[in-house]
Amino acid sequence: MDFNDTPEEAKFRADVKEWLAANAKPKSDGGVPKRRYETGKDEIAWAKEWQAKKADAGYAAITWPKELGGLGGTPMQSVIYNQEESNYEIPPGIFGIGLGMCIPTVMKHGSKDLNDRYVQKALRGEEIWCQLFSEPAGGSDVAGLRTKAEKQGDKWIVNGQKVWTTGAQFSDYGLLIARTDPDVPKHKGITAFIVDMKHPGVEVRPIKQASGDSGFNEVFFTDVEINDDHRLDEVGNGWKVSLTTLMNERMSIGGGGGGPSISELIDLAKTVELESGPAIQDGAVRERIADWYVQGQGLAYTRYRALTALSKGAIPGPENSIGKVVGAKRMQDMAAFGLDLLDMAGGAVGGEQADTIQTMQNIYLSAPGLRIAGGTDEILRNIIAERVLGLPGDIRVDKEVAFKELPTGK
Amino acid sequence: MNFDFSDDQKFLKEQARKFLSEQCPPAVMRAVLEGDQSYDEKLWKAIVEMGWTGTTIPESYGGLGLGHLELCVIAEELGRAIAPVPFSSSVYLATEALLLSGSEEQKQTYLPKLVTGDAIGTLAIAESAQQPLPKNIHLSADGGKLTGTKLGVPDGDIATFCVVAAKTGNDDSERSISLFLVDLTGPGVKRERVKSIDPSRSQATVIFDGAPADPLGAAGDGWQIAKEVLDRAAILTAFEQVGGADVCLDMAKTYAMERYAFGRLIGSYQAIKHKLADMYIHTELARSNAYYGAWALHTNAAELPTAAAGARVSATKASTYAAEENIQTHGGVGYTWEYDCQLFYKRARLLAANLGSARVWKDKLVSQLETRNAA
Ligand SMILES: Cc1cc2nc3c(=O)[nH]c(=O)nc-3n(C[C@H](O)[C@H](O)[C@H](O)COP(=O)(O)OP(=O)(O)OC[C@H]3O[C@@H](n4cnc5c(N)ncnc54)[C@H](O)[C@@H]3O)c2cc1C
Repeated sequence: MDFNDTPEEAKFRADVKEWLAANAKPKSDGGVPKRRYETGKDEIAWAKEWQAKKADAGYAAITWPKELGGLGGTPMQSVIYNQEESNYEIPPGIFGIGLGMCIPTVMKHGSKDLNDRYVQKALRGEEIWCQLFSEPAGGSDVAGLRTKAEKQGDKWIVNGQKVWTTGAQFSDYGLLIARTDPDVPKHKGITAFIVDMKHPGVEVRPIKQASGDSGFNEVFFTDVEINDDHRLDEVGNGWKVSLTTLMNERMSIGGGGGGPSISELIDLAKTVELESGPAIQDGAVRERIADWYVQGQGLAYTRYRALTALSKGAIPGPENSIGKVVGAKRMQDMAAFGLDLLDMAGGAVGGEQADTIQTMQNIYLSAPGLRIAGGTDEILRNIIAERVLGLPGDIRVDKEVAFKELPTGK
Repeated sequence: MNFDFSDDQKFLKEQARKFLSEQCPPAVMRAVLEGDQSYDEKLWKAIVEMGWTGTTIPESYGGLGLGHLELCVIAEELGRAIAPVPFSSSVYLATEALLLSGSEEQKQTYLPKLVTGDAIGTLAIAESAQQPLPKNIHLSADGGKLTGTKLGVPDGDIATFCVVAAKTGNDDSERSISLFLVDLTGPGVKRERVKSIDPSRSQATVIFDGAPADPLGAAGDGWQIAKEVLDRAAILTAFEQVGGADVCLDMAKTYAMERYAFGRLIGSYQAIKHKLADMYIHTELARSNAYYGAWALHTNAAELPTAAAGARVSATKASTYAAEENIQTHGGVGYTWEYDCQLFYKRARLLAANLGSARVWKDKLVSQLETRNAA
């Protein structure tokens, strides 16, 4: 049992360090940038430029095989790269959805022609992707989707609406699942496609989030044509395709939540004077800090265990859901606690703690999204109970019934 | 990075599980819990024969000369089996204290006997219902003879010797505390077994009245040594706690897959599913924190105190939560004497108390984080 790099890992780390030092700017005074996640034109240009550099060096997809432009590396090498990269100023990760979820799905379910056409461009950051799954009718129950695709000759005509589509506003292509047969039970009548987001029938309307940002969108489809050669897998196999994507999603979100760091909370608790003295001396404050520390370390070491298993050939499973289910709520609670420590000042940004208050507020306002995106807390607990522990699935009223007969709300 | 036990250690673990499932089914623990015995002598003998009492003791003293990682995997299995034996007192406390600060002569006197089970050791610190701080320790050590009373000494009624914390200085500082080795079968010692929340693990009040004692470690080092011993024991105990939590989760899961209510398995209700998912989450986080503790023990890392407190806090949470919610998942039968849920419930509470409360460990943990932050 050790945390040491193997000689190969140490060599890889040294290479990465050298490359980063030559190609990126170290984070100024080690601090996390206080600004929000922004993706204006400048950030996108910066992100594309950075992605191309990474692709040239082989770092854009470390675990992909060399033939596909990867490095043929190990998951551990990915982790090492990310550890080192986190010391540098890097652009927002607008390629995560494409490279982490959509492209692996294309690789598994798409034709050779589709792979030849899309994989490299995505890898180099020349094209950006989004995931068109959730609809107003259902996100957890995504198989309840209603956007329909109807076959006309060798084309499909798509009509309907998606929602919560992260990055749709600047995406070139989308991974779409649509209903192609309403007469069979819902999981069986779905087909997956690649859709051109620049098609005139695609309309993207930003949605303002509770945080005030607009990271996600509504996407409307009006008579959007898709060539049948842009279909993934067989007609009616879309649910299977989407499971590939969702599995990859849980892997990539699996890291689970940032939030204020324990040292930030300790520093804050030192500066806050309670009636009885500095807040850091208060027993209740200390207990909560200890609990979050232990949770955070527990998550980190759980990840190390998973990585060790991976490096010995294990296949990542649903256990990885722990990361997000614990991490997202932890981040929300820690931010709320930080604001609470600030007492009456916690509501307004100002005074000598303005920076801290702003950070805590930003985290608190983004946390609800993380508890929902990529599988809600409740859905992830269902997954742990059913797929890790083997408990029975929920009693279903929608399995044997034709999609069009299913009850719906408003 | 390799954050896992080795194949040999996993093999040892498998062997231990097999051995204990044969030698120590829950009925063995129940028999001690219900009877007059302080521990199961037959099981203890068998454990000694396996050599486990000498796991970390060097071969030159008759031990196996293995490392703490091996002891961790054994601890997890003893926790699964809720074994009614004085293993934790003798191995995690007394042996660790001797290995850390015993003189060569003391090691030669005690270690071989600890291996063969001819000696059972323990550690006595607390004297009252107060947190055992230097200011709450009054037992005196005049002319090498101890006088005073220790409460809740684990296995105090059966141990043959004890590491005792005494006040040797004039004030309430840590430097006023020293440790002594005392023969509990010798003169000047009276002991009374007391009621334990988990009667399968005995505890005693030990009264010293001029008991001859041999200093362990330098005068004034007692508190520091005791802290180090408790840190080590906390990590080993965390493995026991994780083992127990695992069994509780298993029991709850099995029952949820058998019991029907309102025409369906209770395991199909989300309130139950999510409860079990939470048991799983707490247990996995605790396991991971315990692994980190194991690494710190194994490498004697500077992070050991932080790792120990983290493992302790996390494992205490997991084991008490799993034991409590296991009963809840069983409904009425879970609350009967007949069902085994109560055995784990009691053991979990005892383990949560024995080395000090979660509150105290959390406090220690934050102190360490503060120091680290300031550095
Ligand atoms: C920040 C953000 C980014 C997102 N990005 C994307 C994206 O890029 N692409 C995309 O396709 N989607 C995206 N989503 C959508 C996301 O996947 C869904 O919001 C999510 O799956 C929940 O679906 P819903 O919003 O329809 O809520 P619902 O499914 O209606 O859930 C409402 C409540 O009911 C609970 N619930 C539902 N079913 C069950 C059940 N079986 N058991 C117990 N409780 C249940 C949920 O846990 C939740 O509390 C994003 C969401 C957010 C917040």
